[in-house]
Amino acid sequence: MKSFDVVIIGGGITGLSTAYYLNKMGVKNVLIIEKNYLGSGSTGRCGTGIRQQFTTKEHIVLMRESVKLWKEWENSLQHPIHFKQGGYLWLLRNNEELKQYKDYVKTQNLLGVQSQIISKEEVKEIVPEINIDDIVGASWCSTDGNAYPFEVIDALKFFVESKGTTIRTFEEVKSIKLKNGLIQSVITDKDIYYTSFLVNGAGAGAKKIAQMAGINLPVQNFRHQIAVSEPLEDFLNPMVVKGELYFTQTHRGRIIGGTDMEEGPSENLNSNINFLEKYAREVVDTLPTLSSVKIMRQWAGFYVVSPDHHPILGSQEIPNLIMGCGYSGHGFMLGPIVGKLLAGYIKNGNFFLEEANHLTVERFKTGKLIHEKTVIG
Amino acid sequence: MNDSLILICRCEDVTLEEIKEAFNQGFKDIESLRRHLNIGTGPCQGKTCIPLLEKTLAQLSGKNEIETISTRPPESPVPFGAFIKRGKK
Repeated sequence: MKSFDVVIIGGGITGLSTAYYLNKMGVKNVLIIEKNYLGSGSTGRCGTGIRQQFTTKEHIVLMRESVKLWKEWENSLQHPIHFKQGGYLWLLRNNEELKQYKDYVKTQNLLGVQSQIISKEEVKEIVPEINIDDIVGASWCSTDGNAYPFEVIDALKFFVESKGTTIRTFEEVKSIKLKNGLIQSVITDKDIYYTSFLVNGAGAGAKKIAQMAGINLPVQNFRHQIAVSEPLEDFLNPMVVKGELYFTQTHRGRIIGGTDMEEGPSENLNSNINFLEKYAREVVDTLPTLSSVKIMRQWAGFYVVSPDHHPILGSQEIPNLIMGCGYSGHGFMLGPIVGKLLAGYIKNGNFFLEEANHLTVERFKTGKLIHEKTVIG
Repeated sequence: MNDSLILICRCEDVTLEEIKEAFNQGFKDIESLRRHLNIGTGPCQGKTCIPLLEKTLAQLSGKNEIETISTRPPESPVPFGAFIKRGKK
């Protein structure tokens, strides 16, 4: 039996980023519990992308702030995280899409994100290898980018451990005890921990964790598949998006990407050849020279999807149970800002960004949903 | 022989010395070691190095049985073009 100021369930980017900011704010007595190894869930399975080209004020502002923090991490963390602002090149296939994305760009510009609509000739200047025959232009934001998930995990782990955070891996939460309407303790398969605050950053397990405290979170897990190619010389800077398809090149030279298989909710993490067939066809249509490049490996991860495709942040019925989940495919890119928001919420009792107040679980009761129109992969 | 000269993973240039260092840094299970060092994530899919890593990890940890990694398709790298069915849009 031990006592902590904050116990965090989940050793992915949410948990590590929250611990990072708690440590920075002077809260050192923090425990992270991870049922597998660090980054074994959605963080380590993600597509690496970091973008501000969203359609709602909440997503755009959170991601604008998150990109600032990604830059700070890149410059301040001792272990390199390979954050790179190579941009997001969102190819538009017809005039209807062009019209839609013109509106999105307007909203993004009003909120301080410097995206723009560019012509297909300008697309060629950014990535000469792209097939522009079936596009009318692109939405382009040069400050979007990507980072390497396992280097991010390592960098945060080294930092928080040096500040006194305890990390327990291969340890699973079995139940949660409440007293007078507050979380009192967490019981794992190895030990029991008393805590003042509990953070639910359990990703695909977040619904189950919330249930242990008697709360029904309206999230569902959806399988999404990804593949990486053999390493190539650097040639592709941005993340390329076209319809459901996305791909980019990592700092290790591999082409990483995915596409949507339009599946229903599922707990299955197997990968299949149907995905490779669809993904390969879309990739080669978009960047024909990749046809001879070899796909090296494929896998699957979960999008933990909320009814309006926005995260669920902060507390509700139980004041000391803090949610950080339901990112609907955007958890990695939101990681820095979510960690800072949740740490501040624990320390000060409120969010320092007004937009985050719209993202509590309360919105599903009051019906104040905020619909995101661009979810890819 | 010097551990820094013993190459375990040829695709990703990982030496025995680096594995021992990572183990002492706290990367004590095979999946964490693999992701920290990139060992076994190259084009050969770990066919040479993962058995060597398992053996090394067994020695370092004093355990007889080491869990192996989750295998991921394809078995060997296959070109994008090979997955495209002709005539199908």
